[in-house]
Amino acid sequence: MMNYAGPAVLVDNLRVKRGSREVFHGLSLAVPRGALVGLLGPSGCGKTTLMRAIVGAQKTVSGTVTVLDSPAGTPGLRKRVGYTTQSATVYDDLTIRQNLDYFRSILGAPRGDVDRVIEETDLGDHANQLVGALSGGQQSRVSLAAALLGSPELLVLDEPTVGLDPVLRVQLWTLFRRLRENGTTLLVSSHVMDEATRCDRLFLMRSGEILADETPDGLLEKTNTSTAEDAFLAIIAGDTRQSSEAEL
Amino acid sequence: MSLARTFATTGRILTQIRHDPRTIALLLVVPSLLIGLMSWLFADTPVFDRVGPAMLALFPFIIMFLVTSISTLRERRSGTLERLLTLPISKLDFILGYTLAFGLLAIAQAAVAVGFAVWVCGLSIEGSIWLLFAVALADAVLGTTLGLLASAFARTEFQVVQFMPAVVFPQVLLGGVFLPRADMPDVLHAISDWLPLSHAIDALNAVSTGSEDAAYIGGELLVIAAFALGAVLLGSITLRRRTP
Ligand SMILES: Nc1ncnc2c1ncn2[C@@H]1O[C@H](COP(=O)(O)OP(=O)(O)O)[C@@H](O)[C@H]1O
Ligand SMILES: [Mg+2]
Repeated sequence: MMNYAGPAVLVDNLRVKRGSREVFHGLSLAVPRGALVGLLGPSGCGKTTLMRAIVGAQKTVSGTVTVLDSPAGTPGLRKRVGYTTQSATVYDDLTIRQNLDYFRSILGAPRGDVDRVIEETDLGDHANQLVGALSGGQQSRVSLAAALLGSPELLVLDEPTVGLDPVLRVQLWTLFRRLRENGTTLLVSSHVMDEATRCDRLFLMRSGEILADETPDGLLEKTNTSTAEDAFLAIIAGDTRQSSEAEL
Repeated sequence: MSLARTFATTGRILTQIRHDPRTIALLLVVPSLLIGLMSWLFADTPVFDRVGPAMLALFPFIIMFLVTSISTLRERRSGTLERLLTLPISKLDFILGYTLAFGLLAIAQAAVAVGFAVWVCGLSIEGSIWLLFAVALADAVLGTTLGLLASAFARTEFQVVQFMPAVVFPQVLLGGVFLPRADMPDVLHAISDWLPLSHAIDALNAVSTGSEDAAYIGGELLVIAAFALGAVLLGSITLRRRTP
């Protein structure tokens, strides 16, 4: 195992209410430093809410979220954590390069970074095109490119591969692995279970609870299944059995 | 606060607007068209000379209010604001970036409107045309800052458009365009003293009739600036990094 100062993200007994619904009722988890961690679960289970809590955009009821040894949302973290929201949040009426130039100056990142992230996300052919004229997949890559500016230590990516064709998806996961090899910690959410196999570690989430925190191989072994999707279904079945037993 | 981030934001907004030439044309031309229409409507009567200065306050104010509130609301709804607020930009940088961008547009707009009213429509001005321009500009900037503030209280474009009648129309009614403020019932007169647009209209009237000196107009400008500053500060307080 790797030696690290502390986990990149430590969530302790977190409670979050959105509207009248309580999304987390005391969630705890740790994202190890330097790992590529997948956050998987069906739509509505709380993936986005957890990511918002980590980047300090989510109002919480109680509990703590510690990111790179500081409380989530403290000013010092704003340069060290890169975040992409689920839908592409860049300006439609600017070109790719104009968008990235703006985010670069907000971050105070070096000038050369814009070219670097354009290349990393394979957007070179469109750099001077308006974002509004790009496909959904291209727009989400622009959003990702903006998160890579300034080479943050932790990347929190909310469903970055949604709506991408298989070739691009593989390319992005290759990029994520390469970033991880260079020491970046990544937390990547997805509702496509197959993407699980590319991670070092997996959180399976359902209705605001972590059902499993395992390596991909460990998960398959434990559930005696051969695909991530089957493993997830097996775990849900086990979970429902347990809770109905508890009610008896 | 950081000047670099404020200017980067201003530059970004101006680049966005540059990609939208129709909006620029509307911003620059619409107030003048309306003023031209007024002067034509009241041709051969003394009415235009009486209400013309107030129109220089009204139209830029209303248009800047609308344009700013809708573009900041768009930024809230598209999620780019949430993203920005996870980055190292202060809330004041964001608001000032907007104020400055639309303030620069307001300079162009006020210059066109004042020039058109005076040289094309023949609005008679006893005082300095520079003072007229300064008041029209301050007024357009006030519209911008109030628009920024209003967008904080709106969730949808429909709501923000509703703020027009709610925030702007009472100021228009009580500003002295329809009835000189001195002739109003006492209570309404007292209320109108606390509305920024009344001060803008008073100042513009004073410039056009030459009835007051520059010190009076400077005082009214300060009142308008104080309201604009208050709106900027309130606007940055209402921005929240953490949302439910
Ligand atoms: N703005 C909101 N207001 C109220 N409830 C919300 C809001 N956003 C999400 N929720 C609720 O919070 C829960 C978790 O949502 P979310 O974190 O977006 O899930 P996921 O990202 O896994 O699809 C859902 O049940 C959803 O209905
Ligand atoms: Mg989500």
